[in-house]
Amino acid sequence: MNNALPFHDLSPDTASLVNVRFDGTEYALPEGANLAAALLAAGVTVFRTTPTSQAPRAPYCMMGACYDCLVKIDGTTRQACMTEVRKGLIVERAHTAGGVDENG
Amino acid sequence: MKTADLIVIGAGPAGMAAASTAADAGLSVLLLDEQPRAGGQIYRDVKRAATVRGHILGQDFTEGLPLVEGIEKQGITQVFGATVWSIDATGKVACSVNGQGIVARGLRVLLATGALERPMPIPGWTLPGVMTAGAAQILLKQSGLVPKRAVLAGSGPLLYLIAAQMVRAGVPPLALVETQVRGDFIAALRHSVGALRGWRYLLKGLKMLRETERAGVLRYRGATGIAVEGERQAKALTFTASGQSHRIACDTVLLHHGVVPNTQAARSLGVDHVWSDRQACFVPRPDQWGGTGHDRILIAGDGAGIGGARVAEIAGRLAALRVATDLGRMTGPERDAQAAPLFRQRNRELAVRPFLDTAYPPYTGALSPDDGTIVCRCEEVTAGDIRRFARLGCKGPNQAKAFGRAGMGPCQGRYCGLAVSSLLAQENDATHDGTGYFRVRPPLKPVTLGELAATEDQTGRAG
Repeated sequence: MNNALPFHDLSPDTASLVNVRFDGTEYALPEGANLAAALLAAGVTVFRTTPTSQAPRAPYCMMGACYDCLVKIDGTTRQACMTEVRKGLIVERAHTAGGVDENG
Repeated sequence: MKTADLIVIGAGPAGMAAASTAADAGLSVLLLDEQPRAGGQIYRDVKRAATVRGHILGQDFTEGLPLVEGIEKQGITQVFGATVWSIDATGKVACSVNGQGIVARGLRVLLATGALERPMPIPGWTLPGVMTAGAAQILLKQSGLVPKRAVLAGSGPLLYLIAAQMVRAGVPPLALVETQVRGDFIAALRHSVGALRGWRYLLKGLKMLRETERAGVLRYRGATGIAVEGERQAKALTFTASGQSHRIACDTVLLHHGVVPNTQAARSLGVDHVWSDRQACFVPRPDQWGGTGHDRILIAGDGAGIGGARVAEIAGRLAALRVATDLGRMTGPERDAQAAPLFRQRNRELAVRPFLDTAYPPYTGALSPDDGTIVCRCEEVTAGDIRRFARLGCKGPNQAKAFGRAGMGPCQGRYCGLAVSSLLAQENDATHDGTGYFRVRPPLKPVTLGELAATEDQTGRAG
């Protein structure tokens, strides 16, 4: 087990790794995996910053309710925990009020 | 527009059981769920996870398998990845699937939207590395991930379950920091008749606790002053127990002090909710079949009041029987014959709840947080802000939005609603019912204009 990473992976899936870019860094993540979980497992700690105080945030509920794992995918703000890993996904940290309103 | 006799929103135990029972009675069912696969949170991804991780997750998890298999039958159309954002009292349901808007109409709609973790506002709870205990369960069930250096904090049997599962996974938590005190257990003893009827639950809890203690996991009780330390990431949990200050360095903090009904969908329809002192949350008051004030809308499962997975499953079946009778596919006597054993079973399963609710009350430090603690995570509104709003004349949560945006972020009040209502009630010396809750309106979840536009096209702008 890689002790630098905060999660232990009980059944590492190395067969279906695909490249995903998160904030400019390339990660090899299992295709079809939950994006929030895969990024956490890969060592990503900050998913976005808040619009009010730029405080760092990361997945909190993992069930699509808290919106703390918001990221930007193809220009649209999405919940990482409600997204599946796909090949070539380009993900950026969200620095907005969330939802889909970019003017907030 | 898609049509169905019954639209079920949520494919957890209540929704799956309802869909299956309704289909057996000859109804057409449209089953919608946000997740990519059936199970809800309690049986999340059970079909895949049971085979690879069933030994770690335990029998209570793998029991969900027959339910998931039960929805693979004629009459049930399953749509996963469906985010429902609007439901109206006529039975019209709008949702997005893969960025495409869909509108469906059901002769009846069953809300089976389950539970949320009770918000636990403590200092530092917004830091990366702090998650709900439920989130840890989801990571384990769906993704096989276990945090390596985690502390569990709060109260309730779910903490024992997670601790035991982490021990079985070979990655025990660093500590179990519980907030309930001995007096809670003594108070709970007046519900011991019910507890004895639910002895299987208690025995299971004790077994899990023993499993955790045998693994050498530190356990503290009656913890107060719980806070998460860290700047950009959780570094440690600090608290006081038995008069001593403690600091446990960790990477992950898992919080839990009970679950509460996810009332967003029901509230958006104006279904009446009342405060339950015992469950310390607002609950709708459906009739014994799950019927609400709206003829076409029913509600079942934890969203109707916390009862757990088995109670949810029973409630789903009862609601389906009611719908089948309403729509003329079953006679009243047929329905009652099938329902009688379900009612008995439900009473048996619910018997333990008063004991559990009293023995594991919410953490008082999070029900009345210090002024500096954030309660609205999205808009970063603190408990002190809410108290100040009250002193300025704010009587209820909807006014609090105007005073300072509490509840106006993307989570739409899901993780601050109860805290905001409680703080205003405390500060104004008012009741929870008098203080009320956020008014919930569609869209229930953020939806893109593209999705809205696509929806209109599909329905020919007929609405």
